[in-house]
Amino acid sequence: MLKVNDINVYYGKIHALKGISLDVKQGEIVALIGANGAGKSTTLKTISGMLRTKTGSISFLDEDISHTEAHKLVAKGLAHVPEGRRCFLQMTVMENLEMGAYTDPSNVKAGIEDVFERFPRLKHRKNQIAGTLSGGEQQMLAMGRALMSRPKLMMLDEPSMGLAPILVEQIFSIIKEMNEMGTTVLLVEQNAGMALEIADRAYVLESGRLVLSGTGKELLGSDEIKKAYLGG
Amino acid sequence: MTFIFNLINGISLGSVYAIIALGYTMVYGIAKMLNFAHGDVIMIGAYVSYCATTYMGLNPLLSVVIAMVVCTALGIIIEGLAYKPLRKAPALAVLITAIGVSYFLQNSALLIWGSAPKNFSSIVSFDSISLAGGKLIITSESIVTVIACIVIMIALTLFIKKSKMGKAMRAVSEDKGAAELMGINVNLTISVTFAIGSALAAVAGVLLCSAYPILIPTTGSMPGIKAFTAAVFGGIGSIPGAMLGGILLGIIEIFGRAYISSELADAIVFAVLIVVLLVKPTGLLGKKINEKV
Repeated sequence: MLKVNDINVYYGKIHALKGISLDVKQGEIVALIGANGAGKSTTLKTISGMLRTKTGSISFLDEDISHTEAHKLVAKGLAHVPEGRRCFLQMTVMENLEMGAYTDPSNVKAGIEDVFERFPRLKHRKNQIAGTLSGGEQQMLAMGRALMSRPKLMMLDEPSMGLAPILVEQIFSIIKEMNEMGTTVLLVEQNAGMALEIADRAYVLESGRLVLSGTGKELLGSDEIKKAYLGG
Repeated sequence: MTFIFNLINGISLGSVYAIIALGYTMVYGIAKMLNFAHGDVIMIGAYVSYCATTYMGLNPLLSVVIAMVVCTALGIIIEGLAYKPLRKAPALAVLITAIGVSYFLQNSALLIWGSAPKNFSSIVSFDSISLAGGKLIITSESIVTVIACIVIMIALTLFIKKSKMGKAMRAVSEDKGAAELMGINVNLTISVTFAIGSALAAVAGVLLCSAYPILIPTTGSMPGIKAFTAAVFGGIGSIPGAMLGGILLGIIEIFGRAYISSELADAIVFAVLIVVLLVKPTGLLGKKINEKV
């Protein structure tokens, strides 16, 4: 479904991604794990067109999207929930969800119903300004907003960041549910343990390079991973 | 009676400031830049209307439409040529570019129309209203200006609240990156913002010159600066703020001129701005985000 082939991304002179290749197949949950600054978010940003690769190519549903403008990707079925949620804080919850369906406003109503069913907390707060929501609620809103475009592939950047453990578990079970309903997921996480538990496959990034890949289970059992990312 | 007369004049002048301030505030809100060439777009609008009526003998209302079309195109061209390449440049570079564009427009006008003042004839053709046995005269220009201002305010508010492009503007003004991820074409949204601001500038230019009929290449700069002040005064980025700031500024200016000193009127205007910013740095209606992190 998504094929990333040998991309090299630079921030000015800093070589941030050094020849990353990965692929995501229909129906999978693929996790991208690694330490701070390893290039996980950069990878997602490059896929969604916010950054450009100097070499290589990115294809989505057999179409080359390496040079497609970011705003055109949503309509193709690619949604990106960015790091830090980035909800529209001055808009209401409803308005945020409507923005999610910007490219295809035809079934806003049905979409909002679906989102409220999945995130009942948002329903109670639908007329509230997003800036007044808690961190967990904002994460739910950002995911709900992305779901509004009915994506085929959803990329999530650090959905657990700054959330209480109980909320993290809730968010991860929602990701799993979304996946079971047919959305393919590419997940970036620092919380490697949680990510590997739900991931079909995972890639490990270290200073801009892929160092390991395997199924979630394999990596969970690997000594290297245990040492580096799971605290022994 | 003089008091009411001054008040009406103040509201009328303030309405012009408000229309100009809307352009400043929208562009600031969405592109996060101060377009100091905005005042000169007003001047171009007035010249276009002047040429259409004087040289081509067109109907004054039609001349306003032509001025709006020309200024809209001008706004889009300025944005595309001068500002768009600087989208990722530091704010200071953009600011200096805007000042450069301002001088470019003024000197182009000087080249095209010369330095001799043009006598702008009012686009309003009906008579002024005389009340209280001739003691209170409300000029027809004041009436048209205030009505135009109200109509523009309502139309713009509805546009931003309800239309798809309006919603895109609000999203872009909050977070360009997130807006892009929603599928919003950020560059197009910024262009449209400039287009709207410039069309409003044309209207403001015609209204301004109908009330104060001397037209020279620097006609737009002082009102431009005052409208910028009005936008800051009301809270830059806020549309009702621009409106309120503009009207208050007009009233303060006319009252200052009438009751304190006509030479000091401008100084009073800017002194009030300083006081407001000391007390409320975000301006009268400036947004303060209640963020819970």
